[in-house]
Amino acid sequence: MTAFLQLDFAPLLAAILAGATCGLLGSFLVLRRESLLGDAITHAVLPGIVLGFFVTGARSGLPVLLGAALAALLAAAAITHLRRVARLEGGAATGIVFTGFFAAGLVLLDVTGARSVDLDVDCVLFGQMETLLWPQAEGLASLFDATALASLPRAVFMLAGVGLAVAASVAALWRPLKLLCFDAAYAQSIGLPVRLLDIALNLMLAAAAVAAFEAVGSILVVALLVAPAAAMRLITNRYNSQLLGGAGLGAGVAALGYALAGPLPAALGSAHAVNAAGAIGVLAGLVVGAAALAGRWRRA
Amino acid sequence: MITHNTLVVVLGCAALGVAAGAVGCFALLRGRALLADAMGHAALPGVVAAALLGAWWDTDPRALPPLLIGGAVAGALGLWAVQALSATGRIRQDAAIAVVLASFYALGVVGLSVVQAMPAGAQAGLSHFILGQAATMRAEDAWAAGLLAAFCLASTVALFPRLRALCFDAEFAALQGLNIRRTDAALMGLILLVCIAGLPAVGLVLVVALLVLPAATARMLNQRLPGMFMASAALGGLSGVLGALLSAGHAGWPTGAAVVLVGTAFFVASLLLRRA
Repeated sequence: MTAFLQLDFAPLLAAILAGATCGLLGSFLVLRRESLLGDAITHAVLPGIVLGFFVTGARSGLPVLLGAALAALLAAAAITHLRRVARLEGGAATGIVFTGFFAAGLVLLDVTGARSVDLDVDCVLFGQMETLLWPQAEGLASLFDATALASLPRAVFMLAGVGLAVAASVAALWRPLKLLCFDAAYAQSIGLPVRLLDIALNLMLAAAAVAAFEAVGSILVVALLVAPAAAMRLITNRYNSQLLGGAGLGAGVAALGYALAGPLPAALGSAHAVNAAGAIGVLAGLVVGAAALAGRWRRA
Repeated sequence: MITHNTLVVVLGCAALGVAAGAVGCFALLRGRALLADAMGHAALPGVVAAALLGAWWDTDPRALPPLLIGGAVAGALGLWAVQALSATGRIRQDAAIAVVLASFYALGVVGLSVVQAMPAGAQAGLSHFILGQAATMRAEDAWAAGLLAAFCLASTVALFPRLRALCFDAEFAALQGLNIRRTDAALMGLILLVCIAGLPAVGLVLVVALLVLPAATARMLNQRLPGMFMASAALGGLSGVLGALLSAGHAGWPTGAAVVLVGTAFFVASLLLRRA
């Protein structure tokens, strides 16, 4: 038990929190037909993360979150601007903006010297779930021991904080967001602050992307954002089951993917382990494929 | 002073840029930009699988062609998956693209972790396919890139009237007797070719920019298609040259990032020029 708590508890918790938060927000992307925004924001936060890291020297914390939020808002604004000014279709505008931001982030990583320290390209590409350890854990009692809990990795706290904030905001804005998803023009005409809601959603996305970034890397955040929500979209027409199901499915996929990647084979006596973030992403894709087949079978 | 190696890399990147610029012009106008993103990411598991097979049969691990063929197969599979998912009618193409690119990439990441655990350390260069490392380009790779550029230029020029009809008014073109499906398939084939060929140098994350940036810049500066087409190919080549030089001068800059930043600079300049 102690070994599980020390090695696997923190990454498992991080994966579940990331999966639930991203799965919840992903429904808005899918319902509003803005899945590409998820792709864009998860890539575009990189320069913000690098600059925040440069200032504080830590991968988690408020400056990193602020930097990422700023980068995400800038990217979203740039996409809107390009679509209007350069008359580019959404896909091309997104492609230009996120690759530009991501490339700038890679170069900043080198220029600021962050690369050599603690934040390297591998962390960006694959996540660093394996580095989330909880060495102070000693048996089940640690779960109820405040001082031991306080020594959990910072990333877990950041994910928990962001997850709670996102869940609370979505709960508070439940009905306005529902209207925004189904009929933005009507929402505007009855006086809802559509633009503010838009910005709020983008900020939540950025926060989720940064918090999950450390666990699964910046590309696989896209899988957690879009795949659970797309799977739910394939099998349900109800807003409530879409949102709650997306969050639940995200958490489930993350937990199962993490278990399949290492702990489960190890428990069965195999020495083979694969990248946990990758396993989660593959599982997420398979879930969408299964949902597509299930949806077709149900309608047939 | 430019060394022989740098020259090889610069010429190779220039050829890739020309190919991507020529094809990207039509990819942009036909609204296929992000399918290229999906194909690039989807290629990773194919590249890794080819490396695993290569290790099995003890072939030269540095030979690019088998890896690229694996990547092309996986990229085409990814394209099929996107189309199958959008055909359900319940999730749109953008969501399908996001799901496919992320889960195929994830499969590649799983494969990479398997490869890295294997004793033969010959696969060390595989992760370069993600961000690109043009510095490893050899003379024969540069020649291959040159051939690719010639092929892409020749086919886009040969198909020019059809591609133009397809991009501007597909329905009218169909009425005039153009085979839309076949022309679209030819365009997708060219896009796939450029994406896969660009992987070793530019990397799968940024390869889409190679197609989109020169084309978007050229579109800002031109009102007519022939001008846009030539400007796009030229700008692609120029971004390749300058990006390769930049990355050769800064060891820590991935080539893909340098090429994209140069391309972005051109694009921003064209925006400002138009405004002025």
